[in-house]
Amino acid sequence: MPIGDMLLRSVDDSQINTVFPRTFEEYNKWNRDVDELPPEEVYRTLFEELATGEKIQIGRALTRMNYSKSGWKSLIKKTSREIKKMTKKGIVPESYKETLIEINKDWGDPTFWYSMAQMVNKQTPIYYWNAIDRTYDQNQKVIMQDEKRRIYVQTWFKTLKVSVYVTFFCLILGFPVAHLLANLPLRYSNLLMIFVLLPFWTSLLVRTTAWIVMLQQKGVINGVLVWLGILSDDGRLQMVYNETGTLIAMTQILLPFMILPLYSVMKVIPKSHMRAAQNLGAKPALAFWKVYLPQTIPGMSAGGLLVFVLAIGYFITPELVGGKDGKLIGSWIAFHLKTTLNWGLCAALGAILLAVMLVFYWLYNKIVGIDNIKLG
Amino acid sequence: MNSESEKSFVKFEKIDKSYDGEVLVVKNLNLDIAKGEFVTMLGPSGSGKTTTLMMLAGFETPTNGEIFLDGMPISKIPPYEREIGMVFQNYALFPHMTVQENLAFPLEVRKLSKGETKEKVQKALDMVELGDFGTRFPAQLSGGQQQRVALARALVFEPRLVLMDEPLGALDKNLREQMQYEIKHIHDRIGITVVYVTHDQSEALTMSNRIAVFNDGVVQQLSTPDILYEKPENSFVAQFIGENNRMSGTIKSMENNYCSVELENGAGTVKALKVNVGGVGEKTQLSVRPERVSLGSDGNGENVFTGKVEELIYLGDHIRVRLDVCGNNEFIVKVPNEGSFNYNEGDSIKLNWNPDDIRALDPVN
Repeated sequence: MPIGDMLLRSVDDSQINTVFPRTFEEYNKWNRDVDELPPEEVYRTLFEELATGEKIQIGRALTRMNYSKSGWKSLIKKTSREIKKMTKKGIVPESYKETLIEINKDWGDPTFWYSMAQMVNKQTPIYYWNAIDRTYDQNQKVIMQDEKRRIYVQTWFKTLKVSVYVTFFCLILGFPVAHLLANLPLRYSNLLMIFVLLPFWTSLLVRTTAWIVMLQQKGVINGVLVWLGILSDDGRLQMVYNETGTLIAMTQILLPFMILPLYSVMKVIPKSHMRAAQNLGAKPALAFWKVYLPQTIPGMSAGGLLVFVLAIGYFITPELVGGKDGKLIGSWIAFHLKTTLNWGLCAALGAILLAVMLVFYWLYNKIVGIDNIKLG
Repeated sequence: MNSESEKSFVKFEKIDKSYDGEVLVVKNLNLDIAKGEFVTMLGPSGSGKTTTLMMLAGFETPTNGEIFLDGMPISKIPPYEREIGMVFQNYALFPHMTVQENLAFPLEVRKLSKGETKEKVQKALDMVELGDFGTRFPAQLSGGQQQRVALARALVFEPRLVLMDEPLGALDKNLREQMQYEIKHIHDRIGITVVYVTHDQSEALTMSNRIAVFNDGVVQQLSTPDILYEKPENSFVAQFIGENNRMSGTIKSMENNYCSVELENGAGTVKALKVNVGGVGEKTQLSVRPERVSLGSDGNGENVFTGKVEELIYLGDHIRVRLDVCGNNEFIVKVPNEGSFNYNEGDSIKLNWNPDDIRALDPVN
């Protein structure tokens, strides 16, 4: 249900259609090749609908209109005020067109009218185009955003890159730990298991903040490195508030999700397999490569998929330790959800995220086979 | 190869093994295994037999002593260079490989050509009658089939020696018996040396040329199955292999190969074969097999006793009679079912046995 709601919302444009139904109806009759500006009827219906419409509904519609072309909001707000004054006085304009242009000369600017074409349908792909840095030009063709406003494509790639790296590092670091967990004598492995699970008992925020303390320029790690003489005092590394920080913190936080599936798979691989392989003539390294490693694939893929899925939508940690260039797509979703209230864009970003996940899932199924997954 | 190494193809020399540096799980083990022999290590769990096998395979190192294979010390040789095949308790087939790949593994490791590998794999599969199962995965095979694959894999690279660690433990009784014969036949056919570990005495008796009975880290007796059964050298072996009737007593006198033993509780005096006893006046345990006791007659007048029939169990080919004799009410006699047995529970009955059939062994506690 929430997913369906999100998908609907990502293309939904019905609100504005309830505010200006008649205007849009008339607008559709406008032949741009013949007239430079829309016909009188369009101006009249717009005038009337602004005069009678509910203020809150109009306000919400304005926000939407501004996504298509900035300037709409102030234009309509000013116009609305004038129209309210006129209706109070009982003035009925002779020519709505001229009156509106008189109120604000932007009504004579065809580009505003052109952009209205994006709103007349109850569904719109505009949020999706925005989510990949595209917008419409005045001829309703899809073009790139201004260079200053291009943020999403780059963020998408960064999100993918960070997720892949985090998954990779989790695998590299998690494999030996899981192997130890599965093979150490019980009393040691229990202790180790507690260390693995300990982070789960600590708040995510605390852990993230702890990483800031560790990584910042006057932080623990830099301090130790300077003290050891490896770094000079002004050569302190910038390890937080950038991508490095995001990578380190996310790897640590997501590591248990890699270790636990790996552990559960390794636990059931009989120790006799390595012995059998050696008995059959394979050196320990070859026995590991040919006999042990292939049997851990279900755990690696379960852990990998789990970490990747979590990483791709992660936002608290990148938000806190990522600084400006460590921000991932999740941060932008949160930003639009809470700050700009552009839920359509949020939904579109979310839907793309979902689609990317499905593509990866499909690829994974093609390459490894989903039956091969094993969580425990 | 000279006759010396022929006789002791595998040689354990004064082997001690301890895991914790305190308790010896194998104590001063000396064992020679001839080429082509089928030797079983038999014993209860914890008796050190599997540890001994693992030392031979190279997964454990002896604390003291040395193991020789074909005249060469092997303690320093890693398991992957020993050329010893092994069938593991739970087969240890690699689940991600097909049967063929499992069998090809040792050959590929040895860098055999593709054609040769294929030929040998097929030959090994045919040997265990699984020629058509090469493309299956181990999980798609029954327990018995997996067992055979494990056997084929241990043999396919023509090792110098094959070890088997309770390989039939996971099979049901019928299959186990069938596999026992099958392994024995394969052994007879290819003449490979086999060291087999089991805790099942009937399995050991069926298959082996010689059996080493382990207890408490020590080989109690190493001999052929018939001698182990008929001439056990100590109470543990008599007890562990087959059924026996035990009686405790004190040695009164000794003459030649016999001794006369006064039973506890004043139940009488028994003339027994002197096997493993101290001097006059010392304790001993007597052991007689249930099928060596005859009922209802005086025999030649030696070792005649009277017992009370406590329980009769009809077993088809023989009748198992539980008697109260000399204060021991667990005394078992097996009577062949010849149609002439007509006693009832509660009857008194005369019984006797030959002094050669009752062995005076070391006392138990």
